[in-house]
Amino acid sequence: MLSIKNLSVSIDDKAILSGLSLDVPTGEVHAIMGPNGAGKSTLSYTLAGKPGYQVTGGSATLDGVNLLDLDPSQRAARGVFLSFQYPLEIPGVPALTFLRTALNAQHKARGEAEVSAPDFLRLVRGKAAALRMDFDMLKRALNVGFSGGEKKRMEILQMSVLSPRLAILDETDSGLDIDALRIVSDGVNALRAPDRSMLVITHYQRLLDYIRPDRVHVLSAGRIVASGGPDLALELEREGYDKYSKVAA
Amino acid sequence: MSLARAIETGDAALLPSRRDEDWRWTDLRGLIRAVPAASPAAPAPAASGPFAALGGEELRLVNGRGPDRLTLAAGERRLVALRFVAAPDAGAHVSRIAIDLGEGADLTLLESYEGEGADYLADAELTVTLAPGARLERIVLAADAEGGVGVSRADIRLSAGASLAQTVLTTGARRQRLETWVRHPGHGATVRLDGVYRLAGRRHADITTVVTHEGTDGTTDQLVKGVADDQARGVFQGRIVVSPGADRTEARMGHHALILSDRAEIDGKPELEIYADDVACAHGNTVGALDDEALFYAAQRGIPEPEARAMLTAAFLGEVLDRIVHEGARDIARDWLAETLGAPRP
Repeated sequence: MLSIKNLSVSIDDKAILSGLSLDVPTGEVHAIMGPNGAGKSTLSYTLAGKPGYQVTGGSATLDGVNLLDLDPSQRAARGVFLSFQYPLEIPGVPALTFLRTALNAQHKARGEAEVSAPDFLRLVRGKAAALRMDFDMLKRALNVGFSGGEKKRMEILQMSVLSPRLAILDETDSGLDIDALRIVSDGVNALRAPDRSMLVITHYQRLLDYIRPDRVHVLSAGRIVASGGPDLALELEREGYDKYSKVAA
Repeated sequence: MSLARAIETGDAALLPSRRDEDWRWTDLRGLIRAVPAASPAAPAPAASGPFAALGGEELRLVNGRGPDRLTLAAGERRLVALRFVAAPDAGAHVSRIAIDLGEGADLTLLESYEGEGADYLADAELTVTLAPGARLERIVLAADAEGGVGVSRADIRLSAGASLAQTVLTTGARRQRLETWVRHPGHGATVRLDGVYRLAGRRHADITTVVTHEGTDGTTDQLVKGVADDQARGVFQGRIVVSPGADRTEARMGHHALILSDRAEIDGKPELEIYADDVACAHGNTVGALDDEALFYAAQRGIPEPEARAMLTAAFLGEVLDRIVHEGARDIARDWLAETLGAPRP
């Protein structure tokens, strides 16, 4: 379970998150919606441990462990996975090499045995097929020359192979056409599991037609200003974020 | 101003110094107060060379002593390991060897500099000629000792239709310079001059190349990449001269380096001197740091920072190694790189 309490975060001494509290029980999918500049990406980067995000107060625990005490690779080994809004291109490193290095680094950090090359290839082949990805693409340098849709699919593939306890999807719908959105959403839905929490961060309601959340939260001016069931997303789509901006102000 | 003369006469005043424009980043005069005693004769090294796994014949010059000639007859094809060894008792020495390739001959030359001594001063001079249509792939692995000073100079003269493909790999030394001088006749001859340096501690490596295009329709392609960490210093000086009349020359030069520490230094001097018409010449020279965003991305997937740095650095330098034609040598070069970086093999 992810439990965020009273989290405050600044960038260059400018407060972005101001006392944000949120619980995502294990097995649930929660959506965070909010206007531009509300702090959505700051929340995801802070949970992942990106340098430059100064935590000025509060805590964020996953299964009782304070994530904020750990460096980014340790958080990953504890089960934090962030699907990037803009996945990085890594020239010269084949996707398969990158993913196997990541998987084995996580295993090592958890004191588990290394995954052998044949077992790894078998695992990835199966997952790639489920996402309708061409396996040969995985032999190319990670994300280099990939389309927006291919990059997002590659993120979901990595998530599927790394099998995290907490998956954070940061604007996963951005840059996707309807077909790609459906494939990516199917991939995400297939990863819903009783032992996994998911945090879906999005500006638009569209994604939530495909990934049905258990709860929807509205983030405005650095904190959660409203929470509700899936219908809250529809209401936001109809009425916009205006009334919440006023609450926050 | 010649290293060989300084060694042979024992006169340190003859060492190249920062006052020589071509040596200003690799000052030997300021480093060496007195030329070490001449290296004694030494037995063959007990250890095998870095390319031993590839078989072929082996030529050894130990403390400057060994064969002085390698000749390939017309059409002959050979794989030769050429080892320059500074033995544990090495002082100062000069090694000289002439290599001649007959018409259409094909040589894969696996050249190594092996520093077993602590504080030697070694100079190697290679004079290489390629007859028409001859082909030379030269892979140089410079594994000098941390306290050693090593300089190598290869003068390579090509004939029409000949080809030279070269890759220099080095981890540097107390001071080290690897020079290649090429006389390029054009007329279908091709030259590739690549290099990789991976420097840490206080090591220094200087890759200097001069290619003189003397005829029409010649091509030169150069890609040198390097990384300097700690207080290391990397030097690249690349000069391509297109002589009058060497029309339709195509030359490309790239030098790209990463600085991994505030106290490391990279000096790059790409020079194109063009005296002919209708030529296509380009050069690029960049120095930067590893991409913090990429490091965070890797860390987010669970790859700890030291491992991520090694992986990204290996990928950066690996582009050069992919251009090595001889498959076995390419594998050895990749292993060398992985070992110097402590990176996982791709």
